[in-house]
Amino acid sequence: MNLSPLAAGQRIDGFELLQHLHRGGMASLWRVSRSDLAFAAVMKVPQIQDDPTVIVGFEVEQMIMPLLGGPHVPRFVAAGGFEAQPYIVMEYIEGPTLRPRLEEAPLPATEIAAIGAAVAEALHDLHQQHVIHLDVKPSNILFRPGGQVVLVDYGLARHDRLPDLLAEQFKLPLGTSPYISPEQVLHVRDDPRSDLFALGVVLYHLATGQRPFGAPTSIGGLRKRLYRAPTPPRAHNPDCPPWLQEIILHCLEIDPEQRYGSAAQVAFDLTQPSSMVLTERADRTARMPLAQQFQRWVRSVGIEPVQRNVTQQLQRAPIVLAAVDASQEWEALADALRTAARRVLQSEPHARLACLSVLKTNLIGLDTPTDESGRNRHVARLVQLQHWARPLALPPHRVTYHVLEAPDPAVAIIDYARTNRVDHIVIGSRGASGLRRYLGSVSTRVVAEAPCSVTVVKVPREETLSAA
Amino acid sequence: MTTALMTDIHSNREAFEACLAHAAEHGVDQFAFLGDFVGYGADPQWVLDTLIEHVSHGAIALLGNHDAAALGTLSGRLNSGAQQAIDWTREQLSAAHIEFLSQLPLTAEDGPCLYVHANGWDPGQFEYVFGTFEAGRSMSVARARITFCGHMHEPMLYHMGLTQRVEAFSPIPGSPIPLSAARRWLALPGSVGQPRDGNPAACYATFDELTNMLTFWRVPYDHEQAARKVLEAGLPPHLATLLLTGGS
Repeated sequence: MNLSPLAAGQRIDGFELLQHLHRGGMASLWRVSRSDLAFAAVMKVPQIQDDPTVIVGFEVEQMIMPLLGGPHVPRFVAAGGFEAQPYIVMEYIEGPTLRPRLEEAPLPATEIAAIGAAVAEALHDLHQQHVIHLDVKPSNILFRPGGQVVLVDYGLARHDRLPDLLAEQFKLPLGTSPYISPEQVLHVRDDPRSDLFALGVVLYHLATGQRPFGAPTSIGGLRKRLYRAPTPPRAHNPDCPPWLQEIILHCLEIDPEQRYGSAAQVAFDLTQPSSMVLTERADRTARMPLAQQFQRWVRSVGIEPVQRNVTQQLQRAPIVLAAVDASQEWEALADALRTAARRVLQSEPHARLACLSVLKTNLIGLDTPTDESGRNRHVARLVQLQHWARPLALPPHRVTYHVLEAPDPAVAIIDYARTNRVDHIVIGSRGASGLRRYLGSVSTRVVAEAPCSVTVVKVPREETLSAA
Repeated sequence: MTTALMTDIHSNREAFEACLAHAAEHGVDQFAFLGDFVGYGADPQWVLDTLIEHVSHGAIALLGNHDAAALGTLSGRLNSGAQQAIDWTREQLSAAHIEFLSQLPLTAEDGPCLYVHANGWDPGQFEYVFGTFEAGRSMSVARARITFCGHMHEPMLYHMGLTQRVEAFSPIPGSPIPLSAARRWLALPGSVGQPRDGNPAACYATFDELTNMLTFWRVPYDHEQAARKVLEAGLPPHLATLLLTGGS
């Protein structure tokens, strides 16, 4: 394909080229306008048109973008075929990208957590649309004015319901060297946890000012990450809190099975670090000893990646919310609720359980933090939750406990589920008393308004036989 | 403009009816029937009457090898079960049905699409597109960017980029696939009347020319009824079993 260079003022399929914005290695970007467009738009035009990787990458982007929606992806407008001028027109996201923030690293932990949670939220949204990005890096992460993250550049992405035009087509691993996951080095392109690895690299950089694996330029250099765990962030920056090191190293696990199960789970920890249970990852002070690295290397040589697509992986790693009610009638429901929670968790090895209890507060006025007997109600409720979950025998990193204080338990549960991208709520229902029928029970409202599936658990009522 | 691609109906009224109803619910306004309308099943008359009606409204219909066998113009021979079914079918057909079959072309072209029963390199010989090799052979000789083929009873999508490398993709029912203009495509919608991939639900596909979206569908139908009719007609019993098991 030999095309004449584009110039401002030129028209392509009804779009007027306004201003040349950027020329990257693969594509250039033009601000464009069309009379019927209600928002600012850009046209992306591939740059090196004889390189098959660029052409196929552009085809991939043309196939995937029209299928995507939501706030975390630029709105797709139009695509032009390869018979004339290939292009994609999409919503213009002014940015900034995350890239300039790297210059300021190390950033404060709270800020890193906020950035990381916003990126994880965007990734989870993408994964739920069956797409793995596979090229997550600061220059592909843009912020809307409100702080919401938009992910751009789908040239290496994988949609698990479309043919993968890039699979086996090219000999070299596809990705950007500092961010590419170990499994991508092995040509695996269907694991959403590859994006979590790249997110881990970004967070590591923000927390330490350094890249965990450098920027290798050879296959041998890339393969090092198959066996070599990075230096713990706290060895570079002692101000990095242990919980942040825990999250970063959890994302950077070599084996995807050892990483977080989903981006929602990463966001969950980044937004509520106080409820995390820390493991030895948080305590690490130095890189793994050489002998252990060697063992890992030996294992990595024969790694046979498991084939699983993004949908299947998300199904394996749901966040399950158990809404545990600690009122008087609770005893009778506790067992039934636990049984239901166990059933939901049983089949999903990477599921996480969030046990939630709502302390009802008055709408007006301040509640005293302690009740009459002086016991802290909050702590008492937390202890109750832990007691309730103990028979489930979940490993500590798979269960968290949360006590919320709110005037309306139903609203609190629904908000919590929405904010934390909960996949399934298990909640008890105590049947219908006259008053509850009148006011509407908590479970009824949760069923009606929750953004996810809800299992309502009831204790079979014993029918009282009237004596003859 | 959405075209339904239906092929290898094989005298299966229940499956064909279910697919037509499904297509009506999904905004289909054109039809391309890729051949093998008769053989195997118990309802050749209803199936052909319905096709004649659609063709009179502009639908594309092509000749398949079973249709040629029913006319007595097939050069090779079918396997014995299929031949028995064709012998039985012949006795059911009216002059109008024979007339309809005898006028069917082997291929049709429309815009970016080539429609053919068996393959693009020699449509009259009815060789199969078994895999990437045959798919590449067919795509290389086709003028059209997209080829729709019947003959193979399992749904499959092949594609070939600038490097001429051919890849196969097992489509997921109900998920639209944008057919990139930068490559060639060969789609096998799978059989309406006798699926053989272990799933008894009928296969067909829809293609929206405006958006370039191809969607494969699986449509459950009363396959037990269709199998019962095969037995009642005195056709070989294994043809009924195929409908019940989806060929596995």
